[in-house]
Amino acid sequence: MIVAKRKPIDEIKEMLKPYNKILVLGCGSCVAICMAGGEKEAGLLQTELQMAFDMDKTPKQIDTITILRQCDREYIEEVKDKLTQYDAILSIACGVGVQFTAEVLGGEKVLLPGLNTNFMGATIQPGIWMERCLGCGDCVLDETGGVCPVTMCSKSLMNGPCGGHEKGKCEVERTRDCGWVLIYKRLEKLGKLDLLKEIKLPKNYGAVKRPATIIHEAYQTPQITPAQDKPIKEATK
Amino acid sequence: MSKLSEALKSGKFIITSEVGPPKGINMDACLDEAKHFGEKVTAVNVTDIQSAVMRVGSLATCIKLKERGYEPIMQMVCRDRNRLSLQSEFLNAAIFGIENILCLTGDHQSLGDHPQCKGVFDLDSVQLIAAAKGLMEGKDIAGNKLDGSPSFLLGGVVSPCLEPVELQIMKMEKKIRAGAQFIQTQSIFEVDKFRAFVDKVRAQGITTPILAGIIILKSVGMARFMNENVAGVFVPEDMIKEVKETKDKLAKGVEIAARIIREIKPHCQGIHIMPLGLGHLVPEIIKQAGL
Repeated sequence: MIVAKRKPIDEIKEMLKPYNKILVLGCGSCVAICMAGGEKEAGLLQTELQMAFDMDKTPKQIDTITILRQCDREYIEEVKDKLTQYDAILSIACGVGVQFTAEVLGGEKVLLPGLNTNFMGATIQPGIWMERCLGCGDCVLDETGGVCPVTMCSKSLMNGPCGGHEKGKCEVERTRDCGWVLIYKRLEKLGKLDLLKEIKLPKNYGAVKRPATIIHEAYQTPQITPAQDKPIKEATK
Repeated sequence: MSKLSEALKSGKFIITSEVGPPKGINMDACLDEAKHFGEKVTAVNVTDIQSAVMRVGSLATCIKLKERGYEPIMQMVCRDRNRLSLQSEFLNAAIFGIENILCLTGDHQSLGDHPQCKGVFDLDSVQLIAAAKGLMEGKDIAGNKLDGSPSFLLGGVVSPCLEPVELQIMKMEKKIRAGAQFIQTQSIFEVDKFRAFVDKVRAQGITTPILAGIIILKSVGMARFMNENVAGVFVPEDMIKEVKETKDKLAKGVEIAARIIREIKPHCQGIHIMPLGLGHLVPEIIKQAGL
């Protein structure tokens, strides 16, 4: 899932200052699981903002709606009429949700980010999420015992560790694991240390041309272009 | 052929040392440090934006050293440049007559004085060595032909006292297969560990010359700092005690360095002294080590 963290309240307040009728738009998927932007967090943020602006003697109308996914057109369309009634929408989805909601609303509404989007990761323990994939588009997990060198090594090294790890920890922070020591231990456990001997060629960082687009084979039509969210025909009507 | 290359071929015990380019354009102190090294030092490493602290580049400093008659070993790290720029820098180096290149990963940018910068690491150290080798053979990474190819003596690094040592040896072996012709090591204080490392390396049939890293112990504080912060470096407690109980710390540091060299000499092809600004002590270390 995508893991995000709420922006500091002062930064959010500053963004919202010019607006009077504000909607906090929650997202019920990834950011709900990582306790940053779901229905519960939307409610808490609404209350917090309401109190803050009241104390500043600049009261504002702040409402909240949470939809299942801000990265899916159908869920945004369902509440489109409500969304257009506000001066500004504070989206507490990931960066994808913020942008896509704005796109679906035709770019005519002010969409503001309530979160900082950090990474793709997993729930390691309740309340702890950790990055596990950088989306490089050229997966090598079969060669590294299922531990990603691109993500888990702070330098994305492909042929083994640097000289900076100590007691299995990374030089960047002595609390985080060295990705290559993890790979080594995993391959040792799997009896596949031989996999480390092969010299890995420079990685193809062109595997994903960013900003990236994927079109499923069944949907390949010439009308879709990466830069637009709607088919050209419809968009130019 | 570089002097270092000839020395490696001759099989004689080699001494290299090191300077760090300055932060700012006053090169005097940096270049003067090399002056102290003396004739027994075959070549001088020049670090590449060492510790991720912005400073004068390795190539410019190598050129200056060469003008003064010293033989430089240009260090190149993977942190700051992509494969276009790294390969281009190899060609730049060749044009200025730089013949020895040491390829390293480089410290993470977050440890330096611009921690907010974007790290590159487009290539790793094994791939960097392979890229240089490719250029020597007339082709770039993409397989395109060169109009005039460079000739280098390529080196790599290893940290012999860093666990798991098998992982260190595995990567070092790849560096050698990729084209490294000599290896310099992280600084050695644990002689037994170094010996065990060499035994393991030689047991694998690896015969590439290894130059053991030597750092002058300046103080108890320095030893403690390295033990806590420098990966793969551990100064044993009795050595720290030795420094603690001496008035003339630098003289003791020199004595310890010379002793380590005498002890590891039978197990390596040379040493690499990293004086860290104490270049004037290098001749005395060499003398006391009986080299």
